[in-house]
Amino acid sequence: MTKQYTIRLTVNGREYQRTVEPRLLLADFLRHELNLSGTHVGCEHGICGACTILFDGEPMRSCLLFAVQADGHDIRTVESLGTPEQLHPLQEAFNEKHALQCGFCTPGFLMSLVPFVESHPQPSEEEIREAIDGNICRCTGYENIIAAVKLATEKMAADQ
Amino acid sequence: MKPAPFEYYAPRSVEEALDQLAELGYAGKVLAGGQSLIPTMNFRMARPSALVDLNRIPELQYIRPTSDDGLAIGTMTRDSAVEHSQEVLRRFPLIGEVMPNIAHPQIRNRGTFGGAIAHADPAGQLPAISIALNANLKVLKKGSERWVPAEEFFLGPFTTVIEPDEMLAEVLLPALPPRTGASYQQVSRQRGGYAQAAVASVVTLDEDGRCKQVRMVMISVADTPALSKAAVRILEGQKPTPEAFKEVAEAVQAEIDPGTDVHATADYRRQLVRVLVNRSLTTAFARAAL
Amino acid sequence: MAGKFIGQPIKRKEDVWLLTGKAEFLDDINLPGMLHAAFLRSDYAHARILKIDYSAALRRPGVVAVYTAQDFGDYWRPGPLQVPPPTAIKGSLFNAKPLVPIAKDKVRFSGEPLAVVIAESRYIAEDAFDDIVVEMEPLEAVTDLEKALEPNSPLIHEDLGTNLAANVIQQVGNYDEAAAQADVVIKRKILVDRGAAAAMENRGFVVDWNERAQELTVWANTQAPIPLRNAIAAKLGLFEDQVRVITPFIGGGFGPKIMTSQADDVLLPWIAMRLKRPIKWVEDRRENFLATTSERDQVHYAEIALTKDGKILGVKDVFYHDTGAYDPYGMTVPLNTQTHTISAYDVPNFYTEIKMVFTNKFVVTPVRGAGRPEGVYVMERLMDYAARELKMDPAEIRMKNLLRPEKLPYHTGVIGQDFVENVLDSGDYPAALRKAMDMIGYEKFVKEEQPRLRAEGKHKGIGIVCFTEGTAVGPYEGVRITVGANGKVNLVTGISTQGQGHFTSLAQIVAEQLSVPIDDVNVITGDTGHFHWGAGTFASRGITIAGTAAFSAATKIREKAIKLGSKYLGVPEDQIELSEGKIIVKGDPATFITLGDMAMRANPTRGVVEPGVEPGLEAVAYYGPPHGATGYGSVAMIVDVDPETMKVKVERFVIVHDCGTIVNPLIVEGQILGGMSMGLGQSFFEQMVYDENAQLLSASFMDYLMPQATDMPEKIEIGHLATPSPLNPLGIKGVGEAGAIPTPPAFAQAVENALADFGLQIMETPLSPSKLFGLARQARQGKGE
Repeated sequence: MTKQYTIRLTVNGREYQRTVEPRLLLADFLRHELNLSGTHVGCEHGICGACTILFDGEPMRSCLLFAVQADGHDIRTVESLGTPEQLHPLQEAFNEKHALQCGFCTPGFLMSLVPFVESHPQPSEEEIREAIDGNICRCTGYENIIAAVKLATEKMAADQ
Repeated sequence: MKPAPFEYYAPRSVEEALDQLAELGYAGKVLAGGQSLIPTMNFRMARPSALVDLNRIPELQYIRPTSDDGLAIGTMTRDSAVEHSQEVLRRFPLIGEVMPNIAHPQIRNRGTFGGAIAHADPAGQLPAISIALNANLKVLKKGSERWVPAEEFFLGPFTTVIEPDEMLAEVLLPALPPRTGASYQQVSRQRGGYAQAAVASVVTLDEDGRCKQVRMVMISVADTPALSKAAVRILEGQKPTPEAFKEVAEAVQAEIDPGTDVHATADYRRQLVRVLVNRSLTTAFARAAL
Repeated sequence: MAGKFIGQPIKRKEDVWLLTGKAEFLDDINLPGMLHAAFLRSDYAHARILKIDYSAALRRPGVVAVYTAQDFGDYWRPGPLQVPPPTAIKGSLFNAKPLVPIAKDKVRFSGEPLAVVIAESRYIAEDAFDDIVVEMEPLEAVTDLEKALEPNSPLIHEDLGTNLAANVIQQVGNYDEAAAQADVVIKRKILVDRGAAAAMENRGFVVDWNERAQELTVWANTQAPIPLRNAIAAKLGLFEDQVRVITPFIGGGFGPKIMTSQADDVLLPWIAMRLKRPIKWVEDRRENFLATTSERDQVHYAEIALTKDGKILGVKDVFYHDTGAYDPYGMTVPLNTQTHTISAYDVPNFYTEIKMVFTNKFVVTPVRGAGRPEGVYVMERLMDYAARELKMDPAEIRMKNLLRPEKLPYHTGVIGQDFVENVLDSGDYPAALRKAMDMIGYEKFVKEEQPRLRAEGKHKGIGIVCFTEGTAVGPYEGVRITVGANGKVNLVTGISTQGQGHFTSLAQIVAEQLSVPIDDVNVITGDTGHFHWGAGTFASRGITIAGTAAFSAATKIREKAIKLGSKYLGVPEDQIELSEGKIIVKGDPATFITLGDMAMRANPTRGVVEPGVEPGLEAVAYYGPPHGATGYGSVAMIVDVDPETMKVKVERFVIVHDCGTIVNPLIVEGQILGGMSMGLGQSFFEQMVYDENAQLLSASFMDYLMPQATDMPEKIEIGHLATPSPLNPLGIKGVGEAGAIPTPPAFAQAVENALADFGLQIMETPLSPSKLFGLARQARQGKGE
């Protein structure tokens, strides 16, 4: 057994302290150590995007980070976006536009999109397509996801 | 697919990192962005017994203009920082052309400029760009520092001159002379995917509109990025013409040895090189003339 | 049959769980004391196992147990078959070789399990692989379908003496006579190669044996929870009621998650009963490619005979179908190919022959389309070659041969995967083609735009195809609907859900019949503890079969509610109606009783209950159709090809589709779009590539390319026709596979059309820019055909 490390990190605004093996992937740490199972594992080689989280505010693959590397950093997962009672505009828009079917890839899309919708108040279809190009969806064919992002930005602009 | 166990070191300074690497020798592997290394570890194709994580060394992340208006880029500078840096885009639009083709933003947020170069994937873009831009690479080990021109840095697939106790620390990009144009042309099956072939050209014209210098690098068609000698032979000193570009496109066939894999046959790759050399040179020279 | 709920684009009820990360998927389940399983898998595709020594693994801290085939004793045995042999088809030959749970003596595909390691974590279990010493004697691998049947080929199953898994011939009329009279006979060899379902969620299995209660609980992301439960109970010698299979939210099915009697569901319950600790196994992506089923992989020698006016006289198709190393799923896939070759056309003479072959690859079972895409691909390509030969327009030759609506229901004479004759029940095939032509502007493009573009040196092409889609086959499904004391309605059914929105669409059907708010209808799918009769979610049958059962059960409750309400409110039944969860008197809504109160009254705690009366407001209903319902449609697309690089961009994609009555248009469109993206993947991106040693070269997303957002068509349009199916009261047909089936042949036709000046012929799918380059070169060198 290799040496274990104590890490302190903030996840969804809450501080955690845990002791981990260096090889423990951040995705597994979030899911099984912190019971934040909204982040999903699809490939473990960084391509499908289901495991995307925000690391210091930037979307990254949690399957390509070790938990030890998150020590001292700020992580946000899909659980921070909204609750059933109070959904984020992106989540509302996904529901309205039928932008999810099995829902397995959805948290990864949402976290990839959070900074995008915040910095692109009026994205073109092309920009949206490029923004989601790093997330794979097997069910929807992406059309409704693009429509949902457009609707979400409209909602967010209206709420300003 | 979970990685095999490894010892983990997270030095806080370059000095500490070099000490660690010296101590570990062959057992140690540098962890930069990890976007190429960690997938291979998850597949258990790579099983380093110790990782030296450079992510806690802020002094390795920088983009600094140099006295001759080139740029010095610290090895751990994130790809996304390079991609969006005005300092970079102003001086080296070629980099601006390349970056959006490297995987996807989520990967570029973590992947590093130097890490990709040190990784030396024959299908990777940044190794080729470093050669096209005539970069000088700073390699450190405990107690010493050396500079290696990019042209001499790559030895084979995933192999560079870096020794086990060394690390890449900086990529130094010399300023481009006036009347220089560049172009990156790539064919990949999907956006952000590996290129089946790509060509990066950096060309400079003299006052008479003749080609003063050409650095044309081809990707994914040999064990390392291929800097074309044929392009130099045919173009330097001459007026750049479509006929000359076609001649180069044929002549480079002798310089490359593309392979066949699940995505592309060697013949198809040769065809792509033919097409992309033409497109890259045409665009680069047009830009140089502006 | 649009109503308040049926036909309405109701937003999905289940989304809020999925969107907030609260939905439970298989790998989210953690039980106290749970152990983790990992399978050591063979690298060799064909080899004799000489020795497996795992003693060192047992000494590794954190490893609890290791098992190989020998350790299971008599428990290790092949099978059973999941789908029975096609005895319904006269003269069929079928060599049954069901799956074995773990390799014994011999491995037959790369990725076959050799040993199962049980450890405290998945990480440690994988570490233990290094400790296990395996000695194997490699054998020559069998990969080529035709070579596999040659006399000197290595044998996958030596006791059979052959690699022929099955031979099935079906005929209508007499093709040879038809060909003899034809003006034109066109023959081609057509290849449809293998692809994966590649759902975003990998397969998994959690099992917990409660020793005191003698009960086994299983969580599995399966499309067939009830057959799985029955198979597990049978193998372990338990009563079915002792086994409960629960499906959590499932991250995509597309076919392979229907398989049972695999390593996980056979071995892990046995191990859990002995170790007396819960066990979890989750497949990783590499394992999914190697050892979860996949599909396509057929070689067709097809021919079509026509008059010089383009009227089809007959079609003949002899094809090799790769079943992989075993054939647990019977003839399902190739039978679908047979029924869908003549598709929507009037083909009076048809000869179709399956030669199913064992190879050293993993097993072929349905993947979205399930054999239908292959049949449609072959037929549509034959139509295109015929059109070229006869100098007819592709749309014209199709219009000429499509079955006219008056001819439906049309008895095709070909027996399908459900072992009954395929009957094309209803629809207007020419109308679909006409509508697709209109939507894409076919004539204008061909006559005006394309000539202009060609003059400019552009390579844009158009493709148009027709297809049918067999859906909603039997045997049956069932539901139980219960009105609770709170007036809310609970529906339970045996099918499971992988994203099709059953929680919403089934609720719509119930809400419509019972006149309750849709938010008051709760749907539970795929838990055998709630409902234990049924077959599963496959073949685009969920909403049609379970939906019809739901309609029946809801109707029973409606009738009972009216009957009881009439008694209670003291008015005749024809004066009673249901509205907003209440039983009211027509024209006097102040006189009512809520459904919930009525349900309570129907479940007395004292008094006398009349004989034959069942308590409460509850009903169970089953539905099994006489045969499947056939959806159909037409796809047109316009592509732009860069002739220098052979990259293809789909500019426009039009699909006209008829799935009968639409319960939820959002869900139907979603299914069509998703199917289209898989169809595009199958056309130009996805291929499982094996080398000559049957090693899978594309066992990750780096090599197996999944369509991304920027790969989608620039403009997608969906047109609907709705011919209610005569087979069920709501008139529903399935739609799940619609987008996947017609896309590859439309793509091939469009690309050929775009590259008309190259004269290339496409006789395979999937394609790639490199392959197109090779075909173009072949055409230039005068080879091909």
